[in-house]
Amino acid sequence: MEQFIAWITQPWPWYVAGPLIGLTVPALLIIGNKSFGISSSLRHVCAACVPANIPFFTYNWKKEMWNLVFVLGVLIGGFVATTFLANPDTIVVAEATQEDLAALGITDYSKLLPAEIFNWESMTNGTGILFFIIGGLMVGFGTRYAGGCTSGHAIMGISSLQWPSLLATTFFMLGGFAMTHLLLEPLMRLFGIL
Amino acid sequence: MKTTADKNTAPIQCEAPNNQEQGEQGLALLKYLIIGILFGIVFVKAEIVSWFRIQEMFRLQSFFMYGVIGSAIAVGLVSIQLIKRFNVKALNGEPIKIGKKEFRKGQIIGGFIFGLGWAMTGACPGPLFAQIGSGFTVVAVTLVSALAGTWLYGRFADKLPN
Repeated sequence: MEQFIAWITQPWPWYVAGPLIGLTVPALLIIGNKSFGISSSLRHVCAACVPANIPFFTYNWKKEMWNLVFVLGVLIGGFVATTFLANPDTIVVAEATQEDLAALGITDYSKLLPAEIFNWESMTNGTGILFFIIGGLMVGFGTRYAGGCTSGHAIMGISSLQWPSLLATTFFMLGGFAMTHLLLEPLMRLFGIL
Repeated sequence: MKTTADKNTAPIQCEAPNNQEQGEQGLALLKYLIIGILFGIVFVKAEIVSWFRIQEMFRLQSFFMYGVIGSAIAVGLVSIQLIKRFNVKALNGEPIKIGKKEFRKGQIIGGFIFGLGWAMTGACPGPLFAQIGSGFTVVAVTLVSALAGTWLYGRFADKLPN
């Protein structure tokens, strides 16, 4: 038992996590004929709460309730894993990444997310505006404009051999590279974080 | 002409469609909660929710995320092929349907914008929920902001190139 706990609290390797995530695709198809996709949940919340007569939000969102229940599960899963299965050690991050991030003032590896950014105090300065508000807007607007996110396009779409999803995934990656290598540092300076 | 007008005002189809014809309510939805919980546990235990892992990926300094996404696609692909080859039915007996993704310019422009946000927040929509559950409550601000972004897209969808 102790060995099992030691094993399960370790960070899981990619070759365990990736296939488990991939299995979500047939699991959802078989249990309910559902196509895997997470960003749609954001659309359903908009449709449920502020449809404002916008054609994009006036559809029967109640039929898509499964998707909202699914993301609620993801949130609970995050709680369960952190509360009962947490890794006692600090996160291991590539040394080259640590060096790059040190230049951005990020050196705290005590949690899964950098403590310098992800705290409520950030909401009182530029950090919160940049990382949460602008970042969140880009995630919400971009995924809906693209018609899906990493789950709907990269995993579900490419798995079902649909080239528009491969195209979307290519541009997800290009956007990520552009932000990381070209924009992140200047933006952090602009918002007074550096 | 009428058809074009219809096209503009008719609700745009959901991208992750629910192809089940039978309705589902209450306890029937519990199975999605359980899959969601398992999925959230994997996200946290494999540290996919970590902003650091996303940075490693975009800096090409670790294979980890490429391994996760690549092996997830491989397993998904094989599963779908098996479902098609053996004509596997959904549990309620309906034939399994997979929505077709049509090409739109949004996959390029919107995809790029999402990529910018992904590298900044360190989260695609799935991990957003798992991060909040993990106790990073401030990510709720990101979630609300992502909802606002989704709403803005819906509001201006007809004015954007598509």
